[in-house]
Amino acid sequence: MRTLLVRGLIAGLIAGIAAAIFAFVFGEPHIEAAIAIEEANAATEAGHDHAEEAPIVSRDIQKSLGLLTANAATGLALGGLFSLAFAFVYGRFGAFSARAYSAFLAVAAFTAVSLVPFLKYPANPPAVGQEGTIASRTELYFVLLAISVIAAGLACYAVKVLAEKLGGWTAGSIGLVGYVAVMAACGWLLPAVNEVPEGFPATLMWDFRVTALGTLVVLWAVLGLTFGALVHRALGSEQRQAEPVAA
Amino acid sequence: MSQAAVPVSLPAPMPIRIPIREIVPWAVLIGMLSLITMYFVSAEDGITALFSGGYVHEFLHDGRHLLAFPCH
Repeated sequence: MRTLLVRGLIAGLIAGIAAAIFAFVFGEPHIEAAIAIEEANAATEAGHDHAEEAPIVSRDIQKSLGLLTANAATGLALGGLFSLAFAFVYGRFGAFSARAYSAFLAVAAFTAVSLVPFLKYPANPPAVGQEGTIASRTELYFVLLAISVIAAGLACYAVKVLAEKLGGWTAGSIGLVGYVAVMAACGWLLPAVNEVPEGFPATLMWDFRVTALGTLVVLWAVLGLTFGALVHRALGSEQRQAEPVAA
Repeated sequence: MSQAAVPVSLPAPMPIRIPIREIVPWAVLIGMLSLITMYFVSAEDGITALFSGGYVHEFLHDGRHLLAFPCH
């Protein structure tokens, strides 16, 4: 367990740094463009003094060290959780290698934790979103995230139970359909959020959301592949150590 | 010993499962620490604030946007 945790944290840190580099190169230009729009809007609105405030943390720090810290911290946290999820699933869904489990778990976790919440409440650049609704938007986002993670966990458990009677393929299909049905129902029931201001460029919105999703893809892909490679090596050396004793 | 005579054609050996009771204490600890970390990245000074002044929020601002958490 300790072996897995340490490797999860290492893989998470590497994934966070990779995501930060991606976000810095591809995402920051869109954030700068959106902030320029935000400040232009604020300047025309009388009584709204958001833009006139001196920034507490300079933009240069925000876009470099702050971005790196946010991504690295997220990577570490997700890496730790990922190693726990790996410990729960490893060896319980058939005879696949550690690398295969890690890669598949990363795809599943990306879908449940990042992609599905994103589809309903996508990332927004600065200048989009009203300050007064941040509480309700944060609540909705985390409610959907929690439902998605719980539904995915229950689907995995159902697949494991059903696989004994129906076989892996049928059980997996039922689990996937069940998860999609639950999340589709949630997406339909939960209120929509649309606070894009009048005249905000559609191209900038699209580019920002693609790079935000790209950052998450980089994070999960690097995490899944790095963790798989590290665990593969660790298990390999454990087996080599065990062999002379067994022989 | 008689099993040794069976031709070996297994694609991969069944991996060793880690007992659930061995995972749970780690899961509680790491789960708590991870959620606290994620709170600061994703929600500090949005819906609630543990530190006044918004330093944490401002410092992590760009990451929060690009990791698709609600902001502003």
